[in-house]
This record gives sequence, structure tokens and C-alpha cells, in this order.
Amino acid sequence: MAKRPILGIFNDANAAADAGDGLKAAGVSENDYDFLTDAPYPEGAFGEREEKHRIYLFPFIGALLGLTSGIILTSMTQVAYPLVTGGKPILSLPPMAVVSYEGTMLGAILFTVLGIIFESRLPKLKMGLYDTRITEGYIGVLVNAEETQHDQVANVLNAAGAVDVKRESSN
Amino acid sequence: MQEGRPLSPTEINRDLLRSVLDTPRWFWPTVGFLGMIVLAAAITIGVMIDRGLGITGLNRPVVWGFFITNFVFWIGISHAGVMLSAILRLSKAEWRRPATRAAEVLTIFSLLTALSMPIIHTGRPWRVLYWTFPYDFSRGIWPNIRTPLIWDPSAIFTYLTSSSLFVLIALIPDFAVMRDHTTGIANRIYTLLAMGWEGNPRQWKMQIISGVLLSALILPVFVSVHSIVSWDFGMAVAVKSWHSTIFAPYFVVGAVHSGVSAVAFVLIILRHIYGWQDYIRHEHIDALGRLLIVVATGWFYFFVMEVIFGIYGREADEIAVRSYQFFQSPMGWWTLIFISTTYFIPVSLWLMRSARRNLWIMSTACISVNIGMWLERYIIIVPGLANRSVFTFTWNSYIPSIPEAIIIGATFAFVSMLMLLFSRVFPLIPLYDIKEGEFLRTEIKIGRRVVPATFRED
Repeated sequence: MAKRPILGIFNDANAAADAGDGLKAAGVSENDYDFLTDAPYPEGAFGEREEKHRIYLFPFIGALLGLTSGIILTSMTQVAYPLVTGGKPILSLPPMAVVSYEGTMLGAILFTVLGIIFESRLPKLKMGLYDTRITEGYIGVLVNAEETQHDQVANVLNAAGAVDVKRESSN
Repeated sequence: MQEGRPLSPTEINRDLLRSVLDTPRWFWPTVGFLGMIVLAAAITIGVMIDRGLGITGLNRPVVWGFFITNFVFWIGISHAGVMLSAILRLSKAEWRRPATRAAEVLTIFSLLTALSMPIIHTGRPWRVLYWTFPYDFSRGIWPNIRTPLIWDPSAIFTYLTSSSLFVLIALIPDFAVMRDHTTGIANRIYTLLAMGWEGNPRQWKMQIISGVLLSALILPVFVSVHSIVSWDFGMAVAVKSWHSTIFAPYFVVGAVHSGVSAVAFVLIILRHIYGWQDYIRHEHIDALGRLLIVVATGWFYFFVMEVIFGIYGREADEIAVRSYQFFQSPMGWWTLIFISTTYFIPVSLWLMRSARRNLWIMSTACISVNIGMWLERYIIIVPGLANRSVFTFTWNSYIPSIPEAIIIGATFAFVSMLMLLFSRVFPLIPLYDIKEGEFLRTEIKIGRRVVPATFRED
């Protein structure tokens, strides 16, 4: 049976953390619930799972591509228009270094931004179960559970002090 | 004791979205007035393109005047964004929170304005395309990458792209707040921009990492941009007083000086016009004042070193330029005003705590710095070129024309207008950053003192 979302709304971080503990105790997998907030709480504030990511790879790949593009651009334009200036070599390295450096940094930054979006799992084309109170300081506990488990999950959320529990149909 | 009262998320949303959700009565008349100035400049530029650069005061040997001075000035202002945002983020300075976005946005608009200056200055803007980009395949003429005039666009393009993306990434959580507070077409646009942001721990983790990682990556770009701008001058062997190895750090520190002063002034204006007294507090302006003392003194050191290096070799040409800068009227008067307004007047004010906490005095000091820093660029550019050199077959001094003055004046209106328009559609203070600061805000008692306790996550 497909899992469907259920959302508990809390007005207190401790209560939301208690809900997380309750869900764990009820056998809900850590990967099946999330805490939605309007600001970055310190990592582990809700006892949530540790998020794995590979964001630090992105700038390295981008930098490498940027450096390569910079070297190609600067060397090819010099070779394509071989005008000797001040007796200096056609392939003059110091000016190549400047443009290649900018290319490296641009590549690293572009790929970092792409990486951030990718690792944040954005864009999310269809907004799931959500409540606008979350951006007013409430904390949402979003649980993906089989429909047969929904009553049990709702009980856990209510017991922890949820001010509201929403199911997909009521959204 | 911590300054300012505790704020709830609802209050933060209400206060900081006020600029987006409500339009004050003065808003559109002000934007309209600024727009008229920009329009006047656009017409002037059109006339200048039609008639040629002859309508400016530029003539041999002073071929760089107000436009290039203004270009360097706006590049300098653009350095505020990264200086404040990146360095304060990396050092986890708590007082950065209300200042970062305004600084970053000022960076983008200043850079756009700076970029327009050399393009206007060429007199034939459409030619810039194939001077700077590897384009025009049919004639096989490629950009000369050995000149700093090509390094410059590559650095500015990198900085502009990076700064824009930096702002955009940090705006995503705030787009979600606006999505939740708007209806109709505005809601649809903010929904699209928020990209489905819901604020789960993974997204916040990436947001925090992006702040640190992008800051660390943009910092070297920020240093390179003004270094390369300085090389537009420093790499020119023929112009005395320009060919100096100290120019790169001197320009970078000068840019930070003028940029941070501009940010402090913008924050004071925002506090006043949007009633953000609870967010942009005296402690923030005070902290900027203290930071500026250090930056200004660093800048003054480089300025003195640059002059000493120039005159110590006792080269006749170099001495002649320095003599023109310091002892000949009117340049000597401009130099005196520049040194006073850039260093001695503001720093003597910033040394007093009461002055740093007086917004009128701080505004005056910050404007004073920027008047001085604009003059500094003028005093570097014009005397160096105006000095009679051996192979110069014509000799002329530089008197700026009215069209130049209109265009330069309009750049200030342009940046102000863009800042206002930005504040109309996006919050100029990051909501989530302020909210994070609020729930991390607590106090501890040590002996008989109550002091702020801060949490810093690594």
C-alpha cells in the first residue's frame, strides 16, 4: 500500500522533538518523517536523522571545468590572432592565469549553486502536505505512513502536543 | 544585557514584509522622481552616442575622466556585500544578520552601474561586445587577453554572477514565506521562485552550508576584482603615478572602506523609511563604525605608502604628478578635501561611542567617506594623465562637461531606485536569519552580570 503524508503542527520545539521520539518508538522509520521549520534550528534539535550529502564535490568539479574553459579560451584566442606585442611570446602565461583564475572561480561557484539546489532536493514540482503556519513559527512534523497507520501516527502527534493534525484529504 | 526586545516569528514576518506587502505613500513618487533622473541620463547618453565623445570634457591626454572615476567608485561600493556578508558569515558574527542582504543587493546594483560606465565611456557601446568576448567569427579578430581591460570584464562578470546567485540562494526560504503571505499572481510568482521549499532539516543544512561555502568562494573573487581594476592603472608603464605595485591592496582596502560606509548609510535609511528600529539597532551601526575605524586606518596606511613610494625615487615625472596632486590649485584643494573627508573627519567621529550611536552623525560620516573616496579615484586618474609627458603631442587639462555630470549624478539615482524597487518585491533583511538569531538569543548570569549567550554551530 502506498504511503501517504500526515502533518502535525506544533507551537513548541520540545513538543515537536517529543513527537519525533514518539514516532521512533511507534516503529516509524527515521526516513519517513521530517521536521518543517521557518528557520534553521541547530542540527539534532529534534533528534532528526543525520543528512548525508556530497555538496563539497560540486565546487571541485566546477573549478576543474572552469579552469579548463579558461585555459582553452585564453590560449585559443591568442593562437587564433598571433599578434606579437612587445616582443612577448604569443602564448603569454601571466595574462592567461588571470582569466583562467576567474573561470575557475566562476565554475566553482556555478556548480556550488547547482549542488545546493540538487542536494536540497529542489525544485519540488508538486508541493506536498503543508501548512502556512510553519512560516509563522510553528513546527511541522511531516510523516509518510501507510493509511492503516494514520490513526496511530495521529495519536502519537496529538499525545506529543500537536495543535493540529492534517491529512492529505483535509488540505 | 542584549539590545532590542525579543521578537516573535509573526512580528518578524509582519515587520520585514511590510516593504513588500504595503506600499508607503512616498514610494511611487520617489521611484518616479529617481526614474526621471535616470531617464534624463539615458537621453544624455543617446545624445553623446549621436554627437560623439566631443561633448564630454575628455581630450588628449586626459582620455579617462568622470566615467572611469565613477566606474572605480561603484566597483568600490560593490565590495561592501562580500566584505560584510562573507567575512561576517565565516567569522559567525552575530551582528551580521540584518546587514547581509542589503549589502549583497547593493553589491549587485553597484556592479551593474559600474559595468555601464566603461561601456558608456567607449562612445560606441556596441563595439564592446567583440572587444571583450570571443565573437565576430567572420573577421577572425579575437580579444587581446594580454590587456587588463579584458581581465576586468572577466572579473566583473564572475563577481556579478556569483553575487547574484549568492543573493538568490539565500532568498529561497524568504520566497517561501512570501508564498505563504500572498495571494493571486504574486502568490504564483513567489511559489515558482520558492521551488517547493518546505524548510526541512536537509534544506536548512544546505542553506547554512551554502552561506559558508559561497562566502569562502566569493572572497577570492572579491579580492581579485578590485585588484584587477587597479591593474587597469598599475599595468600601464607609461603613466607616472599609476605604475605602482601597491595599487592592488590599496584599491581593495579602499573599496571596503567606501563600501562598508555605504552599507551603514543604506541601513540607516532603511531603518528610517521602513521603521525597522527593532532590527537595525544602534548596536549594529556602532559595530560597523568600529569596523570602519580599522578599515579606514588600513586604507590610510596604504595611501601614505603609495605617496611615499612615489616620491622616494625622486623621478622628475613622478614628482611633477605629486606636485600637481598636492600643491596646484584646484587639484590641491580637492586632495585636501579628499584626505579630510575620507579619513580625519569620519575616524575622529567614529572614535566616540556617542557619535557611533548617533544616526545623523553616522550618516554624515558615511557620506563624507564616499565623497572622499570618489575624489580619491578622480585624483588618481586625472593628474596622472594630465601631466605633460615626453611623447604627448597635445596637452590639455580636464574640465568635466554638463553631460558627464548628468550621467554621473544619475548613477546614484539609478542605484537608489533599484534598491527601492528590490525592497518592494523582496525583503531586504533575511527573515530566517533574524528568526534564527531570535531563538538562539538567551542570557546567562556570571556573578553579578547578565551577559548575552551565543550559540555557534560548526
